[in-house]
Amino acid sequence: MSTLSQRPDNPVVGEAMPHESAALHVTGRALYTDDLVQRTQDCLHAHPVQARHAHARVTRLDPTPAYAVPGVVKVLTAADVPGTNDAGIKHDEPLFPSEVMYHGHAVCWVLGETLEAARRGAAAVEVDYDPLPAILTVEEAIAAESFQGARPTVARGDAAASLARSAHVFEGVTAMAGQEHFYLETHCSLALVDENGQVFVQSSTQHPTETQEIVAHVLGVPSNAVTVQCLRMGGGFGGKEMQPHGLAAVAALGSTLTGRPVRLRLSRTQDMTMTGKRHGFHATWKVGFDEGGLLTALEATLTSDGGWSLDLSEPVLSRALCHVDNAYWIPDVLVHGRIAQTNKTSQTAFRGFGGPQGMLVIEDIIGRCAPLLGLDPADVRRRNFYVDGQSAPYGQAVRHPERLAAAWDQVSAIAGLDARRAEVAAWNDAHEHRKRGLAITPVKFGISFNFTTFNQAGALVHVYKDGSVLINHGGTEMGQGLHTKMLQVAATALGLPLPKVRLAPTRTDKVPNTSATAASAATDLNGAAIKNACEQIQERLVPVRAGLPDASWDELVAAAYHQRVQLWAAGFYKTEGLSWDVTTMTGTPFKYFSYGAAVAEVEVDGFTGGYTTRRVDIVHDVGDSLSPLVDLGQIEGGFVQGAGWLTLEDLRWDESDGPGRGRLTTQAASTYKLPSFSEMPTVFNVALLEHAHEDGAVYGSKAVGEPPLMLAFSVREALRDACAAFGAPGTSVELASPATPEAVYWALERVRSRAPAEVTA
Amino acid sequence: MAGILVNGTPRDLDGVPLHTNALDFLRGCGLTGAKEGCAEGECGACSVLVARPAPDGSHATEWTAINSCLVPAAAFDGQEVVTSEGLGTPDALHPVQHEMAVRGGSQCGYCTPGFVCSMAAEFYRSGRAATNGTGPAGTHDAYQGENGFDLHAISGNLCRCTGYRPIKDAAFALGFPADGDALAARRTTPPPAVPETRLHDGEAGFLRPVDLAAALRVLAEQPEAVVVAGSTDWGVEVNLKGVRASSVVAVDRLPELRGFTVGGDQVRIGAALTLTEVERRLEGRLPLLSALMPQFASPLIRNGATLGGNLGTGSPIGDAPPVLLALEASVVLASAEGERTVALADYFTGYRESVRRPGELITEIVVPLPARTITAFHKIAKRPFDDISSVAVAYAVDVVDGVVERVRIGLGGVAATPIRARATEEALEGQPWTAETVETAAVMLAGEGTPISDQRASADYRAAMLGQSLRKLFHESAGVPA
Repeated sequence: MSTLSQRPDNPVVGEAMPHESAALHVTGRALYTDDLVQRTQDCLHAHPVQARHAHARVTRLDPTPAYAVPGVVKVLTAADVPGTNDAGIKHDEPLFPSEVMYHGHAVCWVLGETLEAARRGAAAVEVDYDPLPAILTVEEAIAAESFQGARPTVARGDAAASLARSAHVFEGVTAMAGQEHFYLETHCSLALVDENGQVFVQSSTQHPTETQEIVAHVLGVPSNAVTVQCLRMGGGFGGKEMQPHGLAAVAALGSTLTGRPVRLRLSRTQDMTMTGKRHGFHATWKVGFDEGGLLTALEATLTSDGGWSLDLSEPVLSRALCHVDNAYWIPDVLVHGRIAQTNKTSQTAFRGFGGPQGMLVIEDIIGRCAPLLGLDPADVRRRNFYVDGQSAPYGQAVRHPERLAAAWDQVSAIAGLDARRAEVAAWNDAHEHRKRGLAITPVKFGISFNFTTFNQAGALVHVYKDGSVLINHGGTEMGQGLHTKMLQVAATALGLPLPKVRLAPTRTDKVPNTSATAASAATDLNGAAIKNACEQIQERLVPVRAGLPDASWDELVAAAYHQRVQLWAAGFYKTEGLSWDVTTMTGTPFKYFSYGAAVAEVEVDGFTGGYTTRRVDIVHDVGDSLSPLVDLGQIEGGFVQGAGWLTLEDLRWDESDGPGRGRLTTQAASTYKLPSFSEMPTVFNVALLEHAHEDGAVYGSKAVGEPPLMLAFSVREALRDACAAFGAPGTSVELASPATPEAVYWALERVRSRAPAEVTA
Repeated sequence: MAGILVNGTPRDLDGVPLHTNALDFLRGCGLTGAKEGCAEGECGACSVLVARPAPDGSHATEWTAINSCLVPAAAFDGQEVVTSEGLGTPDALHPVQHEMAVRGGSQCGYCTPGFVCSMAAEFYRSGRAATNGTGPAGTHDAYQGENGFDLHAISGNLCRCTGYRPIKDAAFALGFPADGDALAARRTTPPPAVPETRLHDGEAGFLRPVDLAAALRVLAEQPEAVVVAGSTDWGVEVNLKGVRASSVVAVDRLPELRGFTVGGDQVRIGAALTLTEVERRLEGRLPLLSALMPQFASPLIRNGATLGGNLGTGSPIGDAPPVLLALEASVVLASAEGERTVALADYFTGYRESVRRPGELITEIVVPLPARTITAFHKIAKRPFDDISSVAVAYAVDVVDGVVERVRIGLGGVAATPIRARATEEALEGQPWTAETVETAAVMLAGEGTPISDQRASADYRAAMLGQSLRKLFHESAGVPA
């Protein structure tokens, strides 16, 4: 057992406890960025001027009429930018654009004494546009060869030769929609200028360091002149990893120009029409199986819908390519990836970061092909699992594949899968217009940033003279319980009860050069950095303790201070053993894999395509859990969010040639539906995989943020199973993603009319 | 002086711009617990408790959860409001707050104060009593706790983090208010009186007249005034579309619009009763209307929205009109000139247009009795809870000796107005209630209206759902398991 993963006796980690801010949440006392406005004097409010073209050149922008609106203080335009007019890390995102790249693109911002004044001022700004042709869909982009960024390929063996000798070969297309993050808290930044030009930005950001860097380069100042703080976020899910930067920069620019605090909070519709979403993907594939249903080869081309700029599309695509295998050994692989450039919001990180999209391709393939092989899809899945000694297509050995099988077998037993198959079949025989479906699917998900550099973290631990402890680290809290776990780690590492430790808000002048709170890796990275800092302090206390064997912690600390022992420490951690060659797409990008399996049962109404999720059972691998209540919440919440992506959430753009072309038509909660109580499985059982110690992570735990989202494939496959029950045995069902009631209805109509499937043998 | 009692503290309304909603007003007071998540009454993050008349029509008070983002702050003049901050403190959590905290009911916490308020309203619901976990019909109901907690009460609140299971567990773990619980005690005394409100901010006026005559006088003088009841539609116009009115007239508490009478041959429903009140007072006498209620938006909306408002806005996708069309309802329209009754079938004239004249107010909805023997409301939407219909179909059918004697079918979402499916009705009446008849009529029904494709559904799906709806009705009415 590594020292990193080893737990002391009576650790605070491993205890089930509520979120560290739960009492503040429930009483309305927890502060979010926009709540700070009430505590800030003389704040100005920012409102965008959004273009109503999907693609156009700005030929004239006249802010003068806005200044006639009472309460308008300043209209921010490109001419006001002292530094670089750019909000992206790829230098392809002008903050104040001269070319509108998507419907809703902000061309300038108005600052007002009230939000109402700013809104009216924005309506008064005169802008002339010269409309240009727009590309909306991935299919249009493919036809026009409108691509951006790298075009990586993951290859192993000789897929073409392997396909040529395979007993069964199928081809098809799998398309899947994106997903709106719909964090309940929309983007918000509050900027003010401190003494000596120091800019202080409070932002709902998952990546304070990058927000700081973008603000600095827009203002034309070094990073040491900008401090970014994030108290907490009302949800992030990846949507606040890249997207906050430009908004923070606008607020900071406004504040430096007016000398007053500037609040920039997006309304829901602004947030939905201006900020990026999960990438939709389009995949063409050709797959081979042997006589026994074992996968032999996969050739595929994955095209993601990147939107107007690159943003995080390249690493998202990398992760998609690295997860197209999901849990399955595929001997020969040739998978190409490319990023479509379309006139939409710049699609970005979203929980799973391309992994879900890659995995959906292989799960869709198995779901469609198993009936054509005359096999139960569950059998096809199970018999293709990785076993010890095999490696992923990009070369990394798949460690602990037996845990995949263990999760699968345990959840099968807990769910009573075999008995329920018979129950469902009997029920279906007795019901003509309603059918139930049952499915089990696995998850294997690689943990660490694909880009090795990001796998580092820092922390600051202060022990004050009175024995109280204050910790700070580079990760941000967005509801995932990171701070709860960090408090538990610090208390464990110092051997203290939890109430002795307090956590200070994340800010860039405490811990610099942080990585995004992303890739599920924040606990692994920041937890190890905190543990490192605590251990430095503990080490310095050893000689003091030797002289005071019976002293309490407070007495020990006081004595140490008098002996001039340094009572604070900066901790650091970098994940060892990682490598990644971005040109060959090979290496060992992940520290370990997280595993899980889920069984879902649904009931479909044959009249309408409507359905309910009757029961879900999950066994998921979180290593030795640091905080079981937090992990349970991540698994359940991730699952329901995944089910939302796959079944309900339905982003639509105006793809017509009319004047509204490119407009997001689902731009509010009334038109974009996310899971509510009615989507909660009626019976929902979640168990953590036992004997799951992870040697390579802090106190033997594993990451949990993203992997459970993909357990929701079980719902989609259960819907497919239920649809098949309306047709002849062995029917291959094609199901759109999202599988909305309407999509299920059309799938049913195809099944009932026995239209030939597009999958051809 | 106009003001609101918030968590027991008077808050002054004077000087507040009149388009300011109650949420922004509360946040401006420093009470930042309630959040804006969507600004259109869909997410419940802004939920607060308001002391309202008990929905059964008694003189008691009910703590009623509403979306504070939709209601003009001025509409709360003289009222009592409780927010999450007023329910408890971190050191002295309210029972609802305690259960939510210890069971993992909050993750990011942003939706949590709203959930807490919606949950507290159900915690304090006067009619709540312990059950053995069975639903109204004695069947197992996953949405009903053994403590009598009805999960539908929090179905208008969205959470993006938890997946809802811990929130359900928190709700079902609740007990009942303890002795000495001040909010529980408040229920036994009448709700705050409704004062006459006259506010003007220099640009716009907000008026709450005291009686119908006064309201009609105002509307005669200011026919352009926006009439609001629960403000659940107007609030969206203000927040999302930036619409501003020179004058807003609140009619939701006019006594003449809040009657409810059941006679031998009709039920008369006050146009300004909230849907929650209508549902409670119907006591199942109009099964079709009762079937509608749980599918109509969310409780947070139904606690403010009215039938008068749903007909007044004239939306083609409102859920009440198809039902009221099938019930052959009429509306009573009053103006300073007098009163007239119009059959609902003659009421709608175009997209969001009706025969209602400027200065006219819907005062009552009249539904004839007896109710038909077979009734059903089929709502097709992406999400079962709190969604807007792609298509809505309401049926009221009398089958006598196996023959369809009378049938009325109301449709929503397939034309510029809610419509009756007249051709299908004619094809059914006088025919035997058989699969063959239904199949012929279903094909005809699928051709009614002029459905369009939009973000909610395709035109083909809408049309198909009309026909499927009738087939489903037949199967369910025949008592055969689907």
